[in-house]
Amino acid sequence: MSTTTAPRPSGMSPRQRARASRGVQYVVLVAVIVALALIADWGEIRSQLFAGDIISKLFPSIITTALKNTVIYTAGAFVFGLVLGLILALMRLSSVGPYRWIATVVIEFFRGVPALIVFIAFGYGLPIAFGILLPGGIFTTVTVALGLVGAAYMAETIRAGIQAVPKGQMEAARSLGMSQSRAMVSVVIPQAFRIVLPPLTNELILLTKDSSLVYILGLGPSALELTSFGRQALNQYVNLTPLFAVSIAYLVITVPLSIVVRRMEARAERAR
Amino acid sequence: MSTPAIDVQQLHKYFGDNQVLKGIDFHVDNGQVVCVIGPSGSGKSTLLRCVNLLEQPTSGKIFVEGDEITDPDVHVDAIRSRIGMVFQQFNLFPHLTVLRNLTLAQQRVKGRGKDEAAQIARKNLEKVGLAAREDAYPAHLSGGQQQRIAIARALSMDPDMMLFDEPTSALDPELVGDVLGVMKDLAREGMTMMVVTHEMGFAREVGDKLVFMDGGVIVEEGDPVEVLANPQHERTQSFLSKVL
Ligand SMILES: Nc1ncnc2c1ncn2[C@@H]1O[C@H](COP(=O)(O)OP(=O)(O)OP(=O)(O)O)[C@@H](O)[C@H]1O
Ligand SMILES: [Mg+2]
Repeated sequence: MSTTTAPRPSGMSPRQRARASRGVQYVVLVAVIVALALIADWGEIRSQLFAGDIISKLFPSIITTALKNTVIYTAGAFVFGLVLGLILALMRLSSVGPYRWIATVVIEFFRGVPALIVFIAFGYGLPIAFGILLPGGIFTTVTVALGLVGAAYMAETIRAGIQAVPKGQMEAARSLGMSQSRAMVSVVIPQAFRIVLPPLTNELILLTKDSSLVYILGLGPSALELTSFGRQALNQYVNLTPLFAVSIAYLVITVPLSIVVRRMEARAERAR
Repeated sequence: MSTPAIDVQQLHKYFGDNQVLKGIDFHVDNGQVVCVIGPSGSGKSTLLRCVNLLEQPTSGKIFVEGDEITDPDVHVDAIRSRIGMVFQQFNLFPHLTVLRNLTLAQQRVKGRGKDEAAQIARKNLEKVGLAAREDAYPAHLSGGQQQRIAIARALSMDPDMMLFDEPTSALDPELVGDVLGVMKDLAREGMTMMVVTHEMGFAREVGDKLVFMDGGVIVEEGDPVEVLANPQHERTQSFLSKVL
């Protein structure tokens, strides 16, 4: 083609140019690493981030309290958000106008407002304004507040999934005599969930991190989750090591989820 | 005269401003096989889909075994469960096994027990020659096999009549024969059938009546052998000269 016959000002073939470009990228990378290594104070880093004695003091409560609570808060919010998200998605697709409007308002509101403010509203706003205190304490407040935020995102994902199921599926189900709602439950929604499983898992990862916002509610020792646990230990030991340990604990939850998402996406790609 | 299985009177259908059916009158008698042919866009699918209310007619009346299904108070699901429908794209449920494809509506709509539904499903799988594939998922079957499963799924609801919308058009040529074979068996057993098709051989061999549609009207209808050999209308002649 023309590229092979075109004049080469640099005197390099496309392949040579690509190799040269890659070489430059490696040089830059090595230079940055060397510079960081020279600037860094390794003794300070070790004592501030990897202090072994502090790490050992974090156990076992970093696992038995903090990690456990993060998982529980996230799971509560995810399940609540999933159910509410499905309901909102179906409302968005409803032929009844008011259902669509209500769902749209709820979705836009909780997508647009920072999660932290939603937490404050449920933790302090409701009790002050209406004298309502959600029963079940912290867990319920996290479930509802974080769940609402998750639901707003998941509703749009689920709606897109439902719409991605070919129309012929609903028609086939209806032609067999199934009602609209029966066809939705038995035929369309199961297929929609397969389609949206990867994005829903991504949402679960986001919720895992957002569950840290619960700190705003003020947590007793047994209610601490990873971030608030880390902050408390940071104050107690005046050392950054707890935050490093907590970060690793988050990755223990999120990295496997990421791997699962990649697998699912790869499989969906192959099935296409 | 006995009540026809399907009786369509002055059927009109608009999609927005687009008039797709312009006053269709025709009927299918019990046990008859009626084939519908015509150029693309002539309204064949729309007509078929009106008969089981997948499309809502704009005006006109449709009677199924004497019951007016165009009555606004009609129980749509009950009507549909009496009419089997087979689609060009098969529309099997991809998340369910073959057996579950056949038993789902039996259990949920007909209220049959699991064992009874499975027994009826197996009988119909046998009929379409796919008894061995009950545990397979649709994606693992050829198009011809999927379409035969779709026919078995419709039959499992014990319909009084079957509608087919170009059931072989999405198939590789070598797979068409198996599906047509199943349909011929059905016709022989006396099933009332309305078939939109381009398979003129099938129409000639098993059809009791051939309907030629063009531009939203029925241009010509009659005995398939007659119509195919000796079309009366110029539009029928020119269509047949292109497809035969
Ligand atoms: N859901 C719909 N909304 C709007 N227009 C439609 C719809 N379905 C069909 N039509 C239009 O109605 C006309 C007839 O369509 P129909 O599918 O009935 O034709 P057909 O005879 O089955 O054609 P083909 O041989 O291509 O399947 C076409 O012009 C089509 O664009
Ligand atoms: Mg069609």
